[in-house]
Amino acid sequence: MQHGKYRFIVGFLTAPLAIYGLFVIWPFIQSIYYSFTDWSGLSPEFKMVGFKNYTRLWDDDVFWKSLQHSVMLVVLLPLVTLTLALFFAFMLNVGGRRRKNAAIAGVRGSAFYKVVYFFPQVLSIAIVALLFQFAYNPNSGAINSFLKAIGLDSLQPDWLGDPDLALWCIFAVLVWCTVGFFVVLFSAGMASIPKDYYEAALLDGANRITTFFKITLPLLWDTVQSGWAYVGILALGAESFAVVQIMTVGPGGPDYSTTVLPLYVYQKAFRDGQAAYATTIGVALLLVTLLFVAVVMKLGRRERLEY
Amino acid sequence: MKTTDTPPADTTGERPPVTKTAPAPAPQEKATGRTLNVFSHGFLILWAFMVAMPLLWAVMTSFKTDKEIFSSPWSLPDSLHFDNWSRAWTSANMSDYFLNTIIVVGFSLLGTMLLGSMAAYVLARFEFPGNRFIYFLFIGGMSFPIILALVPLFYVMQNLSLLNTLPGLILVYIGYSLPFTVFFMTSFFRTLPTSVAEAAFVDGASHTRTFFQVMLPMAKPGLISITIFNFLGQWNQYLLPTVLNTEPENKVLTQGLVQLAVSQGYKGDWSGLFAGLVMAMLPVLAAYIVFQRQVVQGLTAGALK
Repeated sequence: MQHGKYRFIVGFLTAPLAIYGLFVIWPFIQSIYYSFTDWSGLSPEFKMVGFKNYTRLWDDDVFWKSLQHSVMLVVLLPLVTLTLALFFAFMLNVGGRRRKNAAIAGVRGSAFYKVVYFFPQVLSIAIVALLFQFAYNPNSGAINSFLKAIGLDSLQPDWLGDPDLALWCIFAVLVWCTVGFFVVLFSAGMASIPKDYYEAALLDGANRITTFFKITLPLLWDTVQSGWAYVGILALGAESFAVVQIMTVGPGGPDYSTTVLPLYVYQKAFRDGQAAYATTIGVALLLVTLLFVAVVMKLGRRERLEY
Repeated sequence: MKTTDTPPADTTGERPPVTKTAPAPAPQEKATGRTLNVFSHGFLILWAFMVAMPLLWAVMTSFKTDKEIFSSPWSLPDSLHFDNWSRAWTSANMSDYFLNTIIVVGFSLLGTMLLGSMAAYVLARFEFPGNRFIYFLFIGGMSFPIILALVPLFYVMQNLSLLNTLPGLILVYIGYSLPFTVFFMTSFFRTLPTSVAEAAFVDGASHTRTFFQVMLPMAKPGLISITIFNFLGQWNQYLLPTVLNTEPENKVLTQGLVQLAVSQGYKGDWSGLFAGLVMAMLPVLAAYIVFQRQVVQGLTAGALK
């Protein structure tokens, strides 16, 4: 198969590599270079300023707030999302009534649950964010009027307007739209675990909680680990940007209580005309992301189980 | 899940295990199973409710008058106000947003699939110096924060006169969809048998012809999965157009809706906005319900690799 091989390889790789290089790789490299300049983005002139942007970053309170919120999201979002998803998937797969022959069984209607749970996954994050912005509306939103309807008139929080609550509102929306995907994913993984394992364990007197930790979780660990990385990257990137930018006042408010790193990059570059400084914040975000991926790889490493 | 001691609420309809192959469970185990069932249904229904309610609420609200939206958010509309929908479709430019989205996603999906599977095929099937390097160059793009690249990209696009144009947006969509597409298709091409391609090549087909007429048809299941994945990703894309495509008449659906939320906020036309939201939401949900199995497969395929 040697004939014309290299001509073919070059022919097939040129177009994809050109587009990928020009629109993805090249800007990435440039952005690291720009973080050492004083480029405003508005004029083509700039000069090298060494680490000046980085020392400015060190003293920037808004940066530290954004970092704090992004770190909170990257730690808590995978934890809460994956725990809920594992719980629901386990309920779907072993929560059913006993049928003849089987020691464990899925709940009735599990197909229905999976269809409904998956809804948020096919919707755009922009639509979800807009929807919840109205649901959180303190005067006529779905949530407060629901609370009123069930007799909780005194409990009418300001949600997105309350600096102590706003970030948790954002968090809840991110959980809402990511759990379903993982319920379906984990559920498929759990369904492929042989039933005899559970039968044997239950026969030996193990309870269901034990079977979850001793059988289900170890056999599902690879999927959980990649899910962990996936949700974390999502919490640091485009998803949290969209939700905060669309839903919050400011955006990022009130009083910087919801600002996150990608939003701060966006605002510095395209609102304040400080492109170089924006790339510096972006480099910090890159470091947080790489650190997170490294931690997931390290903590997540387990012996691979074959079954 | 500590419900072992609670007596089961419901004892009817429970059948004892009848066949001998089933291990006879201890009575206590049986009770656990039953309470667990009630318990698990409870939680599962609660979450289903929490997922479905906001969506149903949006559909309901899109048929109300503005006054009803504010005075009684949870009551059913007094009559179905379809004028909200027609107002959103025409005067709020939803029709333009739909058209732009269809153009952008159509072309970029085609480009992504073609270029992505070409690159993946070469990387999966041919040994050459730099193969690994190019592969990891593509894969690396999956975990980098896109926003970092967007600042310089904005000016790259400006210099190429591609900023705020649909062709520019199409190229960018292709570029940012390539990493996952190449990753997924490379592992898919590796699983296909080599003998068929070799036979075609021996019979005198060129490499290019072998790819288009033999390998691509064989890779159809993988192509379907990744097409669905990219379609949803590009159709729902918000970050890229927000930064790179700010011309009002070029806006795609997601940014158009956000734009609408801002402008309708001034005008107080909430019912029109909800109609727009639901209009954008329903086609995707309907397509999902029809092609459920394929959509779930497409979206979960990558995570299971």
